[in-house]
Amino acid sequence: MMPAHPGASPGAWAAAGMIAAVVLTSTAGEVLTAAAMKSVGDLDEIRAKSGMKGAIRAVVTSPLLFAGIFFLALSFFSLLFALNHLSLSLAAPASASLTLITNSIAGKIFLHENVDRRRWMSAGLVCIGVYLLAH
Amino acid sequence: MAHIRPTPRQYMILGLVALGAPLGDTCLSRGMTALPPISLTDPMSLVHAIFTPWIGAGIALLIGFFASYLTALSWADLTYVLPATAFGNVIVALFARFWLHETISWQRWAGIVLITVGVGFVTQGPSLTERPAENAAPSGVQEHETAEGRAR
Repeated sequence: MMPAHPGASPGAWAAAGMIAAVVLTSTAGEVLTAAAMKSVGDLDEIRAKSGMKGAIRAVVTSPLLFAGIFFLALSFFSLLFALNHLSLSLAAPASASLTLITNSIAGKIFLHENVDRRRWMSAGLVCIGVYLLAH
Repeated sequence: MAHIRPTPRQYMILGLVALGAPLGDTCLSRGMTALPPISLTDPMSLVHAIFTPWIGAGIALLIGFFASYLTALSWADLTYVLPATAFGNVIVALFARFWLHETISWQRWAGIVLITVGVGFVTQGPSLTERPAENAAPSGVQEHETAEGRAR
């Protein structure tokens, strides 16, 4: 698919900047959402104790979740902006696959997840696979 | 890292996450292409679009996806959920091949194999990072780990 403005295709640095914006905002959104759900606790257990209303209340009263949704929305609009300047076959697979790697790094640093060799290998394989599938 | 594995019900929720987003997007795409071109000068046509069957189904699937995604993140690590749910891309590609009879290039078959192997790797491992009891982790996570420990 051609970009919306093929005559004014951006340089490599501008393209990298647009993809980086999508990847970074998406990573921030995913990490904040994951942190929100960890602070809420196991939703299955909350629902067993307090019912569906209790589970919904626990989720919608988390400020971190709304911060996460804000960044995910920002990522969506960044992707729309990127698609307006870059071809779909570059922007979509590059951002989708790179996000898996940045999420692994952010998960280790900010969520203190134990990203062992198995998870790194999995993230790498899925990253290349998503790129090949979406390209 | 403790070997905390998801229960069959939790695997089902991961499956819903994997399928919900691609199927929802597909329904939205099918619904929107069936509609006449929508102009920004007539925003009400977008509101009417919500009530068409394909778009309604797509929105319902995406709401289901987000609810399942949040549920999965409440008992599993982000670095476990994201690769595991990428398997939805493979299912959509296989649908396209065997249901819609689309041609799949060798690059896409290679992508399908790599995602499948990657998902196989991550799902064989623990789903949640175990934290020591004295760690200031959220209480819900600790309770969950205790419950998982009892279940094992």
